[in-house]
Amino acid sequence: MTEPIIRASGLTKAFKGTEVLKGVSFGVRPGEIYALLGANGAGKTTTIKILTTLLRPDGGSAGVCGFDVAQHPEKVREKISLTGQFAAVDEMLTGRENLVMIARLRGLAEAGRLADDLLARFGLSEAANRRVGTYSGGMARRLDIAMSLVGAPAVIFLDEPTTGLDPEGRLEVWKTVKELAGGGTTILLTTQYLEEAEQLADRIAILHGGVIIAEGTLAELKQLFPPAEVEYVEKQPSLEEIFLAITSGKGAGK
Amino acid sequence: MKALRDTGVLFGRQMRHILRSPDTIITVAIVPIMIMLMFVFVLGGAIQTGADNYLGYMLPGILLMAIASGISYTAVRVFSDVQKGLFQRFHTMPVSRGAVLWGHVLTSLVSCLISVALIILVALLIGFRSSAGLLPWLGVVGILLLFTLALTWVAIIPGLSAKSADGASAFSYPLIFLPFISSAFVPTETMPAAVRVFAENQPVTAIVDAVRSLLDNQPAGGDIWVALAWCVGTALVAGFFALRVYRRTA
Repeated sequence: MTEPIIRASGLTKAFKGTEVLKGVSFGVRPGEIYALLGANGAGKTTTIKILTTLLRPDGGSAGVCGFDVAQHPEKVREKISLTGQFAAVDEMLTGRENLVMIARLRGLAEAGRLADDLLARFGLSEAANRRVGTYSGGMARRLDIAMSLVGAPAVIFLDEPTTGLDPEGRLEVWKTVKELAGGGTTILLTTQYLEEAEQLADRIAILHGGVIIAEGTLAELKQLFPPAEVEYVEKQPSLEEIFLAITSGKGAGK
Repeated sequence: MKALRDTGVLFGRQMRHILRSPDTIITVAIVPIMIMLMFVFVLGGAIQTGADNYLGYMLPGILLMAIASGISYTAVRVFSDVQKGLFQRFHTMPVSRGAVLWGHVLTSLVSCLISVALIILVALLIGFRSSAGLLPWLGVVGILLLFTLALTWVAIIPGLSAKSADGASAFSYPLIFLPFISSAFVPTETMPAAVRVFAENQPVTAIVDAVRSLLDNQPAGGDIWVALAWCVGTALVAGFFALRVYRRTA
């Protein structure tokens, strides 16, 4: 098996006495889309913040591209990009200016040309010189993701990339994520939408009560579904049913 | 080197904001200008300051008011960057952490300076004249910049920790009114004892007196050192706490 490009080992984190992570461990292989699935408050964002050097874990360790996030955060930052829960775009600037700014901060030459390429790739060329404040939610999110691609980071973290988007915007983002992974970028995404994990992810981990209670491909997770009573159920269990079945007690004790 | 480049990029970004919504600078300048006009043309005739020109007497206080209201925008800009996740984006990039904050500090200094320049321009239009040479003027600019720097660090604390934009800027209201209880508009000798003690020992009085003497081409004497001590002291203390809050900001 290939060495994981993102590694979390026994991560723990508490806020004001409340344990949010109680020992989260998983590994993401290079080039895959890995979904961290969980309800609100399950600890998805906390996990992402630790992996992206924003938070220090209380216990356990994490690494990205072979660098420990706590010991060499500056090395990790050169390899990653974070697209947070809300589009982190500058609304007073135009789409193009946003991209140029990020390219300059990354110290890249030809920031302008790079920005134009990304704008074309994300279907934003026409809106390039408009202020981002005038963009639709889907457009702002696409720009947000485009900003994360500046400098071609090896690993991209997408924290609930479609929360707050209309169905059309959501489809746009899905298409983008699939294209990205097609280009070899490793993607760790969090979502509370089961359909999203089902649509996008190569592998899925279910985060519940501060621990990963199940992990695998969709097919593997389906096998976890209790086979009893299936005889008269014609359709395959949906991921939603799997999720609800294993989070409602069966796996939570582990 | 990289920190300087990052600061430059982020400063450029914010100056664009300000050029695109000049209302920030105009709003900051307009209220002090109105107060200046009111005091000079309505109230000033009845105020006995001992100075032959009331406009020149109260101009320093007006400038400090403008700076105090200008830095409330600094707090709001920091707040909005944190809120929108831009700080988070920058902090997960290979960007110097200090540059993210210094971009805001520089923007605060430059935008306050522009507001101050606007007010001085209006003052010149309605008859303000200064006999001061280049060196005293540089002294005035230096003191005003230090005052802005001190208040900017104060502003960054609520900017980083406030829960709402209104909360982020609320701290500035008492600062905006501080000049009224100082030697900025009337001599402190006419105030009741308790108020007078406060007025004579609060920073605005020392700063106003120092700036007034410099603009009058008079020796500023001890005032200038008291003014500098207040500015540097506030900058150091507020800077220390701002950096502490910043360290906890993801």
